[in-house]
Amino acid sequence: MSLFTMKQIIEAAEEKGVKISTVAMEMESKESGLSIDEIKKRMTNNYDIMKNAVSHGINQVIPSVSGLTGGEGFRLWQGKDKGLSGDTILKASSRAMAVSNVNASMGRVVAAPTAGSCGIIPGVLITIGERLGKSEDEIVDALITTAVVGKVIAQNATVAGSEGGCQAECGAASAMAAAAAVELSGGTPSQAGHAAAIALKGVMGLICDPVAGLVEVPCIKRNSFGAAQAILAADMAMSGIESVIPVDEVIKAMGDVGHAMPEELKETAMGGIAASETAKKLEKKLLKNRDEHN
Amino acid sequence: MNLFDIIGPVMIGPSSSHTAGAARLGKLARNIFGEEFNKADITLYNSFSKTGKGHGTDKAIVAGILGMEPDDENIKNAFELVKKSGIEVNFNYQDSNREVHPNTAMIKLYEKEKSMSITGCSLGGGRVMIQDIDGFKTEFTGEFNTIISIQRDKPGIVAYVASYLAQKNINIAQMKLSRKSKGDTALMIIETDEIPPESLKTDLENNEGIYKIVLSII
Repeated sequence: MSLFTMKQIIEAAEEKGVKISTVAMEMESKESGLSIDEIKKRMTNNYDIMKNAVSHGINQVIPSVSGLTGGEGFRLWQGKDKGLSGDTILKASSRAMAVSNVNASMGRVVAAPTAGSCGIIPGVLITIGERLGKSEDEIVDALITTAVVGKVIAQNATVAGSEGGCQAECGAASAMAAAAAVELSGGTPSQAGHAAAIALKGVMGLICDPVAGLVEVPCIKRNSFGAAQAILAADMAMSGIESVIPVDEVIKAMGDVGHAMPEELKETAMGGIAASETAKKLEKKLLKNRDEHN
Repeated sequence: MNLFDIIGPVMIGPSSSHTAGAARLGKLARNIFGEEFNKADITLYNSFSKTGKGHGTDKAIVAGILGMEPDDENIKNAFELVKKSGIEVNFNYQDSNREVHPNTAMIKLYEKEKSMSITGCSLGGGRVMIQDIDGFKTEFTGEFNTIISIQRDKPGIVAYVASYLAQKNINIAQMKLSRKSKGDTALMIIETDEIPPESLKTDLENNEGIYKIVLSII
């Protein structure tokens, strides 16, 4: 049986008194023929790659291939003890940017749901898992929860920046991470759904405007915001705050907003900050470098 | 769609379309050429051309033609590795060509007098489509084992190939046939579930109506 909406998944989990990840694994096992153990094993492998990317990016300045960015995750991590945002948000945000830095340097990452938004989920899950003293098994379950929330978003809206802007990439990742953070905190499936809705509403309408078309500016910093927002959305849901608009309707609205966005604001580097004077200068400089090297 | 399409694939960044997809295109070109080569001319089009340097598209394609997968951490060292291998690589850039998909690469591989030109585009999420082989329009993803047959457009060729596959117990997943004009050269693409045997190429090329068989094995 395939479940296509968050409502169906949440109801199935609450009826059985299990976590969203349990329902997700049963569903995946039926559809793919993989056993629950195989699903967990594969997801654990993805989690290991995420952890490696975090530790790689957090401990050193890694310049991007273009040279436009590098070291954002490392710097915020260095400054976290003096930071205003608090330990959890700063750690999650640093880690999110660290993974994005690794991505921009041609390092190995797990698309989550995309390469452009690959830092948010590892940043949040590793930090919340550490903060709450969760086992690797529990964190991998939470990662499976992010996957099923992402699947619903991909099926009923989009997770591609070229189709829906940044709200579809970093927005989706933030919503996925928020639901998983609730699950790790011991919240109900219904609270996880509210957290996802709240996070997605927070970035509704966010455009995709990569400077020079590269997955760097503003993508790396937006990964940091996506992580911070996911944690705040989870806290709201855990405090009993509900999303007035049900999560499935928020997802649909995000997709509709994405379709209504002009092409200039969807990954084409023709609008937003990508169209700024400085961005255009940087773009020219990078092209000149390319031609001089050939 | 499964959960690992969402949390995954594992890949070398920074872009699933411009890096992972580019590596796949290179790997497919290598498989389709099917033998050693000593030179590669690579033309990047549109977004691949304009943003390829920063996305490592050039390195990823070179890594692919060297046989690397999209999650190989050596992709970033592809230029050094290709230099060591002695393969000559040249790049051309076409920043705006409206006739082709935004993320397109043409990869021409050479060995002595022999060469083959393979054009493909990157569709996003690391998925690709091979669109042209030596001037023949094609349309396949490389996600299946693929048999490409360049043949004469005449009765019996399709049946000959299909019955050969049936004898070898190979199931056809998808099949497509196109021709330039009636009775002229035709191109057949067959995607199979099972891996075709190595002898398939020589066996099928024995038929005088089949000019050439190209195999891409996953």
